[in-house]
Amino acid sequence: MAAENIKLNFKDFKSDQEVRWCAGCGDHAILNTVHKAMATVGKPREKYVLISGIGCSSRFPYYMNTYGFHTIHGRALAISSGAKSANPDLSVWVVTGDGDGLAIGGNHFIHAIRRNLDLNVLLFNNEIYGLTKGQYSPTTKEGKITKSSPYGTIEHPFNPGELVLGSNGHFFARSIDVNMKLSHDIMVEAEGFKGTSIIEILQNCVIFADKTHSWYTDKAEKLDRQLVLKHGEKMIYGKNNDKGIMLDGMDLKAVTIGENGVTEDDILVHDAHMESPFLHWMLINMKGPDFPIALGVIRAVKGTVYEEKMEKQIEEQKAISKIHSMNDLLNSGATWTV
Amino acid sequence: MTNNKDKVIELNDVVIRFSGDSGDGMQLTGTLFSDTAALLGAGVGTFPDYPAEIRAPQGTVGGVSGFQVHFGHDINTPGDFADVLVAMNPAALKANAKWTKRGGTILLDSNAFTPKNLAKAGYKTDDPVKEDQLGGFNIIWAPISSMTQETLKETGLDNKTVLRSKNMFALGICFYLFNKPLNFTETFFEKKFKKIPKIIEANKQVLKAGFNYGYNVQELTPYKVSADDIHKGVYRNINGNTATAWGLIAAAEKANLPLFCGSYPITPATDILHELAKQKSLGVKTFQAEDEIAGITSSIGASFAGNFAVTTTSGPGLALKTEAVGLALIAELPLVIVDVQRGGPSTGLPTKTEQSDLMQALQGRNGEAPLPVIAASTPANCYNYAFAAGKIALEHLTPVILLTDGFLANGTQPMKIENTDTLPNIEVPFAKYDENKPYQPYERDEKSLVRKWAPVGVAGLEHRIGGLEKMNVTGTVSYVPENHQLMTDIRQKRVDVIADYIPEQEIIGDKDADLLVVGWGGTYGHLLTVVHDMQAEGKSVSLVHFNYLQPLPRNTEALLQGHKKIVVAELNGGQFAKYLRQNFNGLEFSQYNKVMGLPFTVEELKNHFNELMEEK
Repeated sequence: MAAENIKLNFKDFKSDQEVRWCAGCGDHAILNTVHKAMATVGKPREKYVLISGIGCSSRFPYYMNTYGFHTIHGRALAISSGAKSANPDLSVWVVTGDGDGLAIGGNHFIHAIRRNLDLNVLLFNNEIYGLTKGQYSPTTKEGKITKSSPYGTIEHPFNPGELVLGSNGHFFARSIDVNMKLSHDIMVEAEGFKGTSIIEILQNCVIFADKTHSWYTDKAEKLDRQLVLKHGEKMIYGKNNDKGIMLDGMDLKAVTIGENGVTEDDILVHDAHMESPFLHWMLINMKGPDFPIALGVIRAVKGTVYEEKMEKQIEEQKAISKIHSMNDLLNSGATWTV
Repeated sequence: MTNNKDKVIELNDVVIRFSGDSGDGMQLTGTLFSDTAALLGAGVGTFPDYPAEIRAPQGTVGGVSGFQVHFGHDINTPGDFADVLVAMNPAALKANAKWTKRGGTILLDSNAFTPKNLAKAGYKTDDPVKEDQLGGFNIIWAPISSMTQETLKETGLDNKTVLRSKNMFALGICFYLFNKPLNFTETFFEKKFKKIPKIIEANKQVLKAGFNYGYNVQELTPYKVSADDIHKGVYRNINGNTATAWGLIAAAEKANLPLFCGSYPITPATDILHELAKQKSLGVKTFQAEDEIAGITSSIGASFAGNFAVTTTSGPGLALKTEAVGLALIAELPLVIVDVQRGGPSTGLPTKTEQSDLMQALQGRNGEAPLPVIAASTPANCYNYAFAAGKIALEHLTPVILLTDGFLANGTQPMKIENTDTLPNIEVPFAKYDENKPYQPYERDEKSLVRKWAPVGVAGLEHRIGGLEKMNVTGTVSYVPENHQLMTDIRQKRVDVIADYIPEQEIIGDKDADLLVVGWGGTYGHLLTVVHDMQAEGKSVSLVHFNYLQPLPRNTEALLQGHKKIVVAELNGGQFAKYLRQNFNGLEFSQYNKVMGLPFTVEELKNHFNELMEEK
């Protein structure tokens, strides 16, 4: 059989299909990252399945040399929930976007998280509909001019992390397409985490929403505008490693160590395992110019997993029930003989 | 005065309708009666008739719950009109008198006919018999409530509990009337209330008191009803929804695959989900989805991962699932979609029956999207056709729509228990890893055009599929015009060739009868009864009743030819007639349609068919 006991290389996860995303699209970097993360995790190829809906990102499965299913708009999470329940042994990865996952698929998004199936969800957030050529999405900033909002959008955007917390989510992480190292590490951690792992990847659409995340990704300033969180470590960032996040009453505050009497002791330590979503909610909502954006694994709280409970109930009933075959069932209850 | 007790009325079959307020326990009363009758060798058919509202205002016509039992010899329907009506309150009488045969017996709880209850039921006078012109009926005023209280006065039970057993008094009277023993029902009490002996005893006492009351009332003449010619064997009562669930489980077992059902609750299909959810010891996985779309798409995911996947719904739900049906179809994955039809359009009549989803099942998808459609025709054969749907889905790697309806779903009849050895095998076309030949997802069997199935997890068979048009053989995305034409043609042919794998259509009666009655699905019992009756009267009538709708059996055209007239009878505006015209445009089809949320009556069908035969 194929490749048993052979350490797979990231190239083993590439399919022979020509990649058709635009030149400069953030998806290319994410694709390479997924190839590498799967090689790092080290499971055999047949155990991986990538499931996507519709949108630019949803082309993803065709570029993978694993099992893959490019489905219909918005439904990838529901399809993945069925696949994982049917065969809990699989490593199920979902590729979706801000339109596919949060608009047409919004209902499946919150319910998959609520059930906490063991899925890895890559949510590509470029704040635009790319495949349909430039309409505003549920994450587009209010006021943005797009093809379907020529005078600016009048809708309030979702923050995906808030939806995750509101759905009683257990794992939420954020990365940026070009930060392949961080994305890789998050994906590997998500694969090891039991439960629905939502990974929001800030992705750049060069055609319809170019530079939408540029305030955070600006090469010269990014170190001052990105806080990469690590569980158990202080929330310190900045070009000179002198900036940090501290509590200010019921709020967070971005501070500089050594200024206004702030010392390193005042800086918060990140606890991704904290069950209370309160602090995670504040981290998820940090935005410029007053705050850096929070990246890394923001929340990773252990919880029971849907498919395991499903299997457990089946095993329990198999052990106590008298019905073990269709013939048993047909003859159960009230019958009579003529 | 002559004693009625010396006489016995002999009948071939009898219809009895239990009716009362939705809290009066009429469904249980009817079920216990029908189980007893079946146990003693009668053929039975039942149908519940309950309000859509969970608790409609007590005592109103809207809150009346009924349960009809038809038993005796050669029973194919729950019966049109009742020989005996039991009405526990004025509203029940008001709602059901019109369903009682002229001259039939109406048994009333006289204690419930108070001025207040009469007014609630909409009677304007204090004499409902006169007001509804029920003079031609044998009306029995029985003080059911007060005699129940009298029977249990020594027990110390509170009045509410006491009155809850008044349905058993009514049942006792009926057992007397039809000469049935009480022991089956007594055993039921012992099991049901095994933790509360006091209640077992109370119910037994009331049942017995009802029986004795029947014996003592002069106006009640006992009946003797024929037994059925039943084949030897072990039987059980079953309704269509349970039978559907069991047929799906049987198919999974035969295919040696786990069963997965993704579903969203919807009347009248939900009981299939309930039944499947119970059968965990058989490895059944049920996923109550967040909506209809997630119901089917979770099943498509389970199918991709190698389970035998099904989804259950009714008309509005099928509409929501439509896009996903197309995905299963283009991906060529096995899936059974059960549509328990109800009155439409929109929310329509959720608790009532209809056959109006036929066109939706046959054609209701975007693009050229043919798939097999089959229909069950009796409550018990929902088992067989659910199995058949599973067999076709798994062997041909296609979504299959199974149509049942509210009438079949909730109706019951005895089912002969057949060991599963008697079911055909299901051969699933799994792909196998071959070192020398890479797996091509859309490489096909020459005859059946079926591809090979490689569920996720098999080493060496990794592949990608999806909803975009794909190249034949390789399965890669393709916009090549000639390939789209080819794939479209293949998808049609894949359904057409299934005609080689299904049985030929039967005709009941002469091949060249003057009048050919054509039906499909849940109207079978009524059409069969009418055609049998007319044949017994010497009329040249035959019945062709379809279960396989798409593709139609190979011999369909031959059976439709050679008759003076063809009438297509269905509970919709004429959808099957339209479909037959489209397929056989040289033939003339007349229609008989009804869209009232109700089954046909044997009487109306017979009248219409006789008129057709008399016309020149």
